[in-house]
Amino acid sequence: MKVIVCAGPPTSGKTTVLKQVSKILKEKGHRLAYLKIDVQFANEDILFKKEFDIPTKKVYSGDLCPDHCNVVVLGDAIKWAAEEKADILIVETAGLCLRCSPYIERSLGIVVLEATSGMNLPRKIGPMLTLADVAVVTKIDLVSQAEREVFRANVNEAAKHVAVVETDALHGINIGHLVTRIERTQDISAPLLLRGNPPVGTCTICVGKKEIGKEAHFGVLRTLETDIFYRGE
Amino acid sequence: MDIKEITILGGIGKNGEKELLDTVSLKMGDVISIVGPTGSGKTALINDIELFANRNTPSKRKILINGTLPPDEFTTDPSKNPIALITQHTNFLSDLPVHQFLTIHAKIRGAGRSETIVNETLEFANQLTGEPINEHCAMTELSGGQTRSLLIADAVIIGNSPIILLDEIENAGIHRTKAIELLKQYKKIFIFVTHDPRIALLSDFRVCMKNGSMQSLIVTDREEKKAAEEIKKLDDLMLEFRTAIRAGGHITFKGLEERLKALGYVV
Ligand SMILES: Nc1nc2c(ncn2[C@@H]2O[C@H](COP(=O)(O)OP(=O)(O)OP(=O)(O)O)[C@@H](O)[C@H]2O)c(=O)[nH]1
Ligand SMILES: Nc1ncnc2c1ncn2[C@@H]1O[C@H](COP(=O)(O)OP(=O)(O)OP(=O)(O)O)[C@@H](O)[C@H]1O
Ligand SMILES: [Mg+2]
Ligand SMILES: [Mg+2]
Ligand SMILES: [Zn+2]
Repeated sequence: MKVIVCAGPPTSGKTTVLKQVSKILKEKGHRLAYLKIDVQFANEDILFKKEFDIPTKKVYSGDLCPDHCNVVVLGDAIKWAAEEKADILIVETAGLCLRCSPYIERSLGIVVLEATSGMNLPRKIGPMLTLADVAVVTKIDLVSQAEREVFRANVNEAAKHVAVVETDALHGINIGHLVTRIERTQDISAPLLLRGNPPVGTCTICVGKKEIGKEAHFGVLRTLETDIFYRGE
Repeated sequence: MDIKEITILGGIGKNGEKELLDTVSLKMGDVISIVGPTGSGKTALINDIELFANRNTPSKRKILINGTLPPDEFTTDPSKNPIALITQHTNFLSDLPVHQFLTIHAKIRGAGRSETIVNETLEFANQLTGEPINEHCAMTELSGGQTRSLLIADAVIIGNSPIILLDEIENAGIHRTKAIELLKQYKKIFIFVTHDPRIALLSDFRVCMKNGSMQSLIVTDREEKKAAEEIKKLDDLMLEFRTAIRAGGHITFKGLEERLKALGYVV
């Protein structure tokens, strides 16, 4: 079974891209399963079930970082998809942390970025872009060719080895290139490992301490002026 | 790659039926127009060309360059892309200053000496605008006409693209006759999507669209070229009035009468 992990900022067009992809993959006879990981609201599971009649699931990460949630649930999800006899598991995730990558080794990591999102976005999202295999740039129908070229150059500069596919996802333009990449992806196999190195430390803020100021916290800290340091046992 | 010819292989219209025209070929130096009612698929057609469609867009058209499938580098490396498209709804989204944006674009396009190229581009653009572009202001602050002018200049000078697609050049209030005059100094393939008879008749031939499908190809013959001369005069007259109104002038019936008579029309 192949695993496709698709991440990207909210409303960047992940679902629209994955729908175009699913349509073609289904026509080619693949058996799909679809999982959505989001923070607090998602209806893609219903959408994909209805439109493609495939097994779907959703998980709310709630208080967990979505990438963290991804790590925790993906093992079960792969088992579930295998039981459903899928040959491709598609995972759509918000990927909000911007410090860790949501992709696992030997999966196909797809990051979806909007061409409309500002020239500097590629520099801002870290491993979600740099550890991806393919960057899909959506909404090219809304920007001038000149800006599209500059945006693409910024993606290439931030992540040299990531292939770029530019698309008007509403019309499925260039989606064929993405489908080819998916079909060329190897099958997933143990051990399941997250790509890249997650940020160090478990932070007190993430676990719910709301007080502002370094005095109230443990672990990896910094002041406005100094570099990071460690406090705790 | 030396562009000699671009070929559009027809696909299907909006109703799923085969297009009436199944091959349209454009040779280097050709100027063509795409005409048809709104919603008839003119923009979709030039988008197909710009994307080097390969039966993978809703129209299922296929684009060939010099008779064969275009190489991948056309779409993966902007400096190799021979096509520049100036779209109908142009709004910049980047708040980079004009000069900086053009410099970056010139670098990506491998346009060489960026300082001179950028200045040349601004100069070209400013011949088309009412008020000159301030190169230090953000791209997002440009007016519609300034944006369009800058994109045309960018395509011609920075892009140095051998194939230029222009969607409704007449719509942004730029000096369109000046634009066409300037453009025609360059040997390129020009494709104008237009509702403007003067522009349509300037081209060597035009493709007429209906319901998403290429219906017919009409060559501008001797008779049309003759009529075009007269249409040009009328259009210039309209432009005169436009200029007068823009400059805060007042239009008189007598003035109109005199101008028409001077052109040889009885009022
Ligand atoms: N014009 C245009 N609109 C697009 C394109 N891709 C997506 N959209 C629109 O953008 C909006 C958001 O798209 P989605 O696919 O739902 O985005 P998403 O990344 O799945 O969003 P979340 O899952 O909510 O984070 C929708 O209204 C889409 O129709 C595109 O290429 N062009
Ligand atoms: N051959 C086709 N097959 C399927 N859909 C098409 C086809 N041609 C055009 N369309 C769709 O029809 C709609 C209108 O087309 P388009 O925008 O190209 O019209 P237009 O002629 O440029 O109109 P306007 O003069 O208003 O700019 C678009 O949504 C486009 O995607
Ligand atoms: Mg979604
Ligand atoms: Mg149009
Ligand atoms: Zn994280």
